[in-house]
Amino acid sequence: MKKDVLNYIDKRNSFFWVSSIVILFTLIIILLSEAYGLNLVSTSFTKVLGKTLCLCIVALAMDLVWGYCGILSLGHFAFFGLGGYMIGMWLMFERTKNIVVESTQNNVLPLTETEISEAVGTQIFGVVGGAEIPLIWSFADSLLIHIVLILLVPGVLAYIFGWLAFRSRVTGVYLSILTQAMTLALSLYLFQNDSGLRGNNGLSGLQNIPNLDDFSQAELSIWFLILSALTLIFTYYICNLIVNSKLGNIITGIRDNETRVRFLGYKVESYKLFIFVITAIISGVAGALYYPQAGIINPAELAPIASIYLAVWVAIGGRGYLYGALIGAAFVSLASSYFTGGQIPNINFGLFTLKWVDWWVVILGLSFVITTLYAPKGIGGLIERIFRRS
Amino acid sequence: MSVLLEVNGISVSFDGFKAINNLSFSISNKELRAIIGPNGAGKTTFMDIVTGKTKPDEGTVLWGEKNLSLLRMSEAQIVEAGISRKFQKPTLIETQTVFENLLLSLKKSRNPLSTLFYKLSIADEKEINIIANEVNLTESLSILAGQLSHGQKQWLEIGMLLAQKPDLLLIDEPAAGMTAPERKKTVELLKRLSQNQSVIVVEHDMEFVKSLECRVTVLHDGGVIAEGSLDYVSQNDKVIDVYLGR
Repeated sequence: MKKDVLNYIDKRNSFFWVSSIVILFTLIIILLSEAYGLNLVSTSFTKVLGKTLCLCIVALAMDLVWGYCGILSLGHFAFFGLGGYMIGMWLMFERTKNIVVESTQNNVLPLTETEISEAVGTQIFGVVGGAEIPLIWSFADSLLIHIVLILLVPGVLAYIFGWLAFRSRVTGVYLSILTQAMTLALSLYLFQNDSGLRGNNGLSGLQNIPNLDDFSQAELSIWFLILSALTLIFTYYICNLIVNSKLGNIITGIRDNETRVRFLGYKVESYKLFIFVITAIISGVAGALYYPQAGIINPAELAPIASIYLAVWVAIGGRGYLYGALIGAAFVSLASSYFTGGQIPNINFGLFTLKWVDWWVVILGLSFVITTLYAPKGIGGLIERIFRRS
Repeated sequence: MSVLLEVNGISVSFDGFKAINNLSFSISNKELRAIIGPNGAGKTTFMDIVTGKTKPDEGTVLWGEKNLSLLRMSEAQIVEAGISRKFQKPTLIETQTVFENLLLSLKKSRNPLSTLFYKLSIADEKEINIIANEVNLTESLSILAGQLSHGQKQWLEIGMLLAQKPDLLLIDEPAAGMTAPERKKTVELLKRLSQNQSVIVVEHDMEFVKSLECRVTVLHDGGVIAEGSLDYVSQNDKVIDVYLGR
């Protein structure tokens, strides 16, 4: 009986394989790491790998919202950035406060609360010409509250935006433009010096984790790698659960025939909103893990182009396949940092020099065009075709 | 017999064109009714209004014993109240199997969280098999809906309406793309359905309408011009002029 049902329902479960590969990968890196292993993988490269895992997480979110639910959001990097800002506020505040307190440890009189607050304010907001700690930093001394904010801020923004957009039945390219406008507006707002988040300076020094001064960057990079890997596995589990449930049937139904789903009695708007908010929260979490490894976040991270890159990764990796999103994000972002990192020598053709930093965008664009033309289902689609044949 | 759906004096215009003009219509419980009329008579717009897709400029649409106004309800709420619709062009989720299409149609909670944690029960599977049997798709349960023939798609869509256990089925052109034996089966199916629920069939094919042996409503220019048995309306001068031809 059970077997028959499986035949009726065209589903695949890749959770076991993907989580095994991610765990294996993490273990190998630990074995080769500077801090805990053979010192073959540098700390900075460990950080690149950890960041790549975070990009895989946000790619999963993009695949769920676009690949499965058919909403081409070009604004999910805004949620990613917001997650980064939320953790960054705590990291920066707490660390600055520790430094202030430490530097005055030998004073005869311990500092009062007001004195600490003013010193911290000058330290953090001096660059934007202020010393006052803005209201939005009220809870910056509480890690717990800021962890909640990592989930809450992207979630609430996505809820308000999605509620307005989906209720008015904005779909397709119009919705994509709206999401671009959202991330652009947010980015422009954050560029302002009086936004309370240090304008174009952004938040920096995020790689130094307060109260963990005993750990070296080499050790921290490994712990962040592990944390990112575990979060990726957990996110994969959640996304896998969603796409293999009846809810998964409904959202792909919305993607393929919204009218039918609506006239089966499903409130299409609620489903879109549900997926939009869930994926925004996932993106926020990914951002909160990414920026401590990157060390700095500024409003340029929320530029519209970032969200478009996200869509390109998922398109190349294969939308509608969760593992496809991972492949796309990992390969394209690693290739991108390889080509634009200046490690490959430029090729001189006499009249013309091929500079990889400039030409990488062209290569990326070409591969996007080729994928769209010859493998519309991306790398995931190719893999699927090979497995189906055998 | 009690009235199930009562439409009173509705009008709707698109950019000045009156698609529906002061139309009134009613159907009783467990009645089978055919709606015929030339292209542009307002048949599809009428269905759009009943199912909440289009809001009329004036008029009332009352539903059931409690006389609920459908005009204040969303599409999803109208489905929940008991009206299901088959579209003129077969409208299925073509990338999913017949089984999955029927599974989504079953009368279950439509709340996102409960669908996330839904587990297929033996009772539900049985129900799907019964419906599949009713619409001759037992053999095709594991096939993608997009791979069905046109006639089978029509049947699947009717099956999806049945799965919702509605009180009223709105069926737009069920015979299109069907072979003669398939038509015969469809007629039998529709007649059988009308023993338990009301059915409105919109159809162009007069032979098909005749074989339904039910009351017929003729629409023209967004209004009702005749109502009665097929023989009766066929003799109506106005119907002959605008639709049947002399």
